[in-house]
Amino acid sequence: MRKMTIKVRLFATLRTDRGKEVMVDGPEAMTCRHIINTLEIPEEEVAILLINGRDGQLDTPLSPEDIVSIFPPVGGG
Amino acid sequence: MYGYRGTVLRINLSTGDIKKEALDKELAKQYLGGRGLAEKMFANEVDHKIEPFDVDNKLFIAAGPLSGVQTVPTGGRYMVITKSPLTGTIASSNSGGRWGAELKFAGYDMVIIEGKSEKPVYISIVDEEVTIKDAAHLWGKMTSETTEMLLKENNEKAKVLNIGPGGEKLSRIAAVMNDLDRAAGRSGVGAVMGSKNLKAIVVKGSSKPEVADKDKLKEVVKRVNEKIRENGVTGQGLPTYGTAVLVNIINENGVFPANNFQQSTFAQAEEISGETLADKYLVKRVGCYGCPIACGRHCKVDDIESGGPEYETVWGFGADCGVSDLAAVIKANYWCNEVGLDTISASATIAAAMELYQRGLIKDDELDGLSLEFGNAEAVIEWTKRMGLREGLGDKMAEGSYRLGEMYGAPEYSMSVKKQELPAYDPRAIQGQGLAYATSNRGGCHVRAYLISPEILALPEKLDRFEANGKPEWVKIFQDLTAAIDSTGMCLFTSFAMNADDYADIINAVTGDDYDAASLLATGDRIWNMEKLFNIDSGLGKADDTLPKRLLEEGIVDGPSKGSMSQLDEMLPKYYDVRGWDAEGVPTEAKLAELGIK
Ligand code: SF4
Repeated sequence: MRKMTIKVRLFATLRTDRGKEVMVDGPEAMTCRHIINTLEIPEEEVAILLINGRDGQLDTPLSPEDIVSIFPPVGGG
Repeated sequence: MYGYRGTVLRINLSTGDIKKEALDKELAKQYLGGRGLAEKMFANEVDHKIEPFDVDNKLFIAAGPLSGVQTVPTGGRYMVITKSPLTGTIASSNSGGRWGAELKFAGYDMVIIEGKSEKPVYISIVDEEVTIKDAAHLWGKMTSETTEMLLKENNEKAKVLNIGPGGEKLSRIAAVMNDLDRAAGRSGVGAVMGSKNLKAIVVKGSSKPEVADKDKLKEVVKRVNEKIRENGVTGQGLPTYGTAVLVNIINENGVFPANNFQQSTFAQAEEISGETLADKYLVKRVGCYGCPIACGRHCKVDDIESGGPEYETVWGFGADCGVSDLAAVIKANYWCNEVGLDTISASATIAAAMELYQRGLIKDDELDGLSLEFGNAEAVIEWTKRMGLREGLGDKMAEGSYRLGEMYGAPEYSMSVKKQELPAYDPRAIQGQGLAYATSNRGGCHVRAYLISPEILALPEKLDRFEANGKPEWVKIFQDLTAAIDSTGMCLFTSFAMNADDYADIINAVTGDDYDAASLLATGDRIWNMEKLFNIDSGLGKADDTLPKRLLEEGIVDGPSKGSMSQLDEMLPKYYDVRGWDAEGVPTEAKLAELGIK
């Protein structure tokens, strides 16, 4: 099976014990669900999920160049 | 009277007359309190065409029915209402801290300032006792020193609202400051206070507003406090990181304006992020009166320890000026509060000056050796001071970015709406927020309708930010609900967790009224239309419901939102229609009759 590695950026409380930026390995066309499972991020902690700066879905297959950004619930103004 | 104290304090600084008047409860039923009620009273008694610095312009400082009511979460807010010297619209600037609650403890819902004192004065309010006092020794002083002196002179437990040199010198972007570092920042309300030679208002009270139904209030407060605690934003995000946590998320979406909106991402965003702020500079969290969220920050750099900086401020002195040095941003924020200027308008004016310099319109010989190059960290600190003190080019900058641009024949480099500087979100790829900017009744502003919430933060649900369809309806609901919340005395941030029914339940328990979600939104609609009518009378029209040229005509040039353009042209007519206004954006007779506006 072919593999790929995706760059994942984490923010706010999700950085605790994980760091700011991590590379996640997985099968070709892996999804964000694979990423959050690998990083042990509970689904309810994922408030905003961006793939290349655009709204992403947990089950969208990723391409090798994609950058994923994950945010817990945050707000302000 | 429950919730309300039932008394309005009217002080004429020309004659020295001090009057206590009964609050018009019938009008309060229509316009609630705070922003709505004080604006309506202002509109009823002040000529809509008045020049903002005319002696007959007035300053209304108003708490809401829920301000200072014990156990109500975030009930510490107040509003400053006047005709704005920046925008020419009706102005209503909101602030937190403790001053608003203390005004209620002293027995008043509102203070109305009329006329103009011959010499600098301040007002002392201790319950029934109201005095106008000499302020010669305070004039020219920075806001923190003024506050400390007044606390010493009066009562260490009193609460102080004041202006800095910015307001004294009639800067059109001057703030009214309170409790050291909270600000009724926007629309130049501090300059109107300065034009009246009024330096400060010190208040100390000793009685509490009454509550209509204590058991009901207990039950509702328990319910909403649970919601606030369990909500990810109010229970976790804001308490842990403050508002600056937005830096990264807005930047990752490619809508974080840099270099005066010439770019829409900032490569060094991480260096000025809420995460970095928390890591490096945070001393403690602070909250306004009665607030379970406590989003306020206290940061320390070198010998400066001060409140803030908020997200908008970090963006303004940071990315918008091309500055990635967070320590410099904290210092600029500190000085901005000291001279008493609005951090959004002040930083955005420096950014506009930087672009005027970049384009060769402002020349080196005007700078007195202080660079205006994008990215210069020292510049944001020093120009903030000079602007507040009107020194050198700072004198022109104190007029705000639009008038500064006009002086150089290039107002198009002012990133403003109705001459008020825009905050930290590029509207070209957040269509609803763009419409909210263009139609805001007080000019460029994010807190008249925070569409960032659904369009970026997925609250209460995720909307496609690139889509124009459906946004006029969303903008109207956000504008109406916000107008109502602003009129209660509670903080807008509670709306991340609370819905219209929750607010109605709290108001009813406190005041004994019988609001529901629909009548609360109708109240907001009424307030919005009343504001709009004032602005139309003041001479503003459809042509003012717009965005700066760059944001209307050019697409985003970089980052994940690259190529995105504003769709304002398509949304604006629909918005007028949804509002029940004619094609020129004027409320129809039918709409006014429906809302009972006279
Ligand atoms: S949420 Fe923040 S701004 Fe609002 S009342 Fe609480 S501390 Fe003040």
